[in-house]
Amino acid sequence: MKNINDPKQLLVSAIESGTVIDHIPASTLFKVIKILGLDKIRNQITFGTNLNSKTDGKKAIIKIASKFFEDDDINRIALVAPNAKLNIIKDYQVIEKRVVSVPDTITAIAKCMNPKCITNFEKVTTRFRVVSKKPVALKCHYCEKITDQERLEII
Amino acid sequence: MKTRSLVSIDDLNTDEIAKILKLAAEFEKNPVQEILSGKVVATLFFEPSTRTRLSFESAVNKLGGKVIGFTDASSSSVSKGETLNDTIRTVNNYADMIVMRHPIEGSARYASEIATVPVINAGDGANQHPTQTLLDLYSILKTQGTLDHLNICMVGDLKYGRTVHSLLMAMSRWSTSFNFVAPDELKMPDEYKLYLDNLGLEYKETADLASVIDNADIIYMTRVQRERFSDPMEYEKVKNAYVLYDHMLSGTKTGMKILHPLPRVNEINPDVDSNDKAYYFEQALNGVYTRQAIICMLLGLK
Repeated sequence: MKNINDPKQLLVSAIESGTVIDHIPASTLFKVIKILGLDKIRNQITFGTNLNSKTDGKKAIIKIASKFFEDDDINRIALVAPNAKLNIIKDYQVIEKRVVSVPDTITAIAKCMNPKCITNFEKVTTRFRVVSKKPVALKCHYCEKITDQERLEII
Repeated sequence: MKTRSLVSIDDLNTDEIAKILKLAAEFEKNPVQEILSGKVVATLFFEPSTRTRLSFESAVNKLGGKVIGFTDASSSSVSKGETLNDTIRTVNNYADMIVMRHPIEGSARYASEIATVPVINAGDGANQHPTQTLLDLYSILKTQGTLDHLNICMVGDLKYGRTVHSLLMAMSRWSTSFNFVAPDELKMPDEYKLYLDNLGLEYKETADLASVIDNADIIYMTRVQRERFSDPMEYEKVKNAYVLYDHMLSGTKTGMKILHPLPRVNEINPDVDSNDKAYYFEQALNGVYTRQAIICMLLGLK
């Protein structure tokens, strides 16, 4: 709560009501935007990136006005922003804080890195079992190959 | 009722593997039975194979079933651009079971989700070939009398060899020790060594075949393919280091057997063939009994 109100942190202006997603790695900001479909909604959105963070190096922050996420939706970003923290804002106040957690299975988000996998040939919904949460490693339900954090591509 | 498919060796628990091996032994005693009469098995080979396809067809024929299918993709609608999804949905109407080999990895799992009849994976690219693993296990059990406390010496291409990876994973269910004999470019990948480390199973890596074979209960030979080497000079240097000759076997254990998934090229010298320790052709025959067992189990007939 303090951080949000701390003037030094106000590089991105405050919102009256909505969701603030903080501690996104600067390098994956646009993946987060894509996964949450923020490029397709009409809500007012402000974001900042390459901000200094004591814990994360360069981080990004997104503020979405009048938007609240279900856990299942928000956990989808855990793949690319495992340390992301959510602040739910009402009347400029943080009324709830949430963290994301990597789910045990990942469906229809990630692309299998194996060029010989059936999911890269036919219209098959990708499915992975999460074999490691930190760093993320996904085992393809079909070809059984591991897609790791470095080679992770969001569909 | 959800039908049962066999896509990956991990689809089976240890009891089910034991059951298949026991059934295979029964079929070996009595391979001709009318268990599959009235049943149709489709063998869809999107890429060519000799042993796997023929042994499946032999297994079905001996049990009184009928086989339909194709032996390579060019003689199927795939050559007209049909998707695997459509091919499987269609064939599903004509057969009680689908046996398929396909070059794309994960294709068999996908097919098993589309089909309402059981699907047996007869090889999906470099991924899985569970019936080969089961016939290897059957061959080991039959010749050694047990699957426990054996030393398995794997030789040749341990990096890309699908059969050695599956066999390693399967044998790691018992207390097995391994020797890996491979040129530097074709060494066993770290993920498999890590897997054994986590289970506390012993293994040794060497490039010197002669130094480890006397200790082996099973020598599992594989082909070292020229095209796997980035530097052809490297291939020329190592190609003879992984060839088994009859004279090398004099100090090996009495009950030791040599397995090879076949086809072989030159990695087992023909002078080994007449040695009692050569088992690769019997191993290929065991494929028929093992596949009879798998087919009957998946169809719920045994």
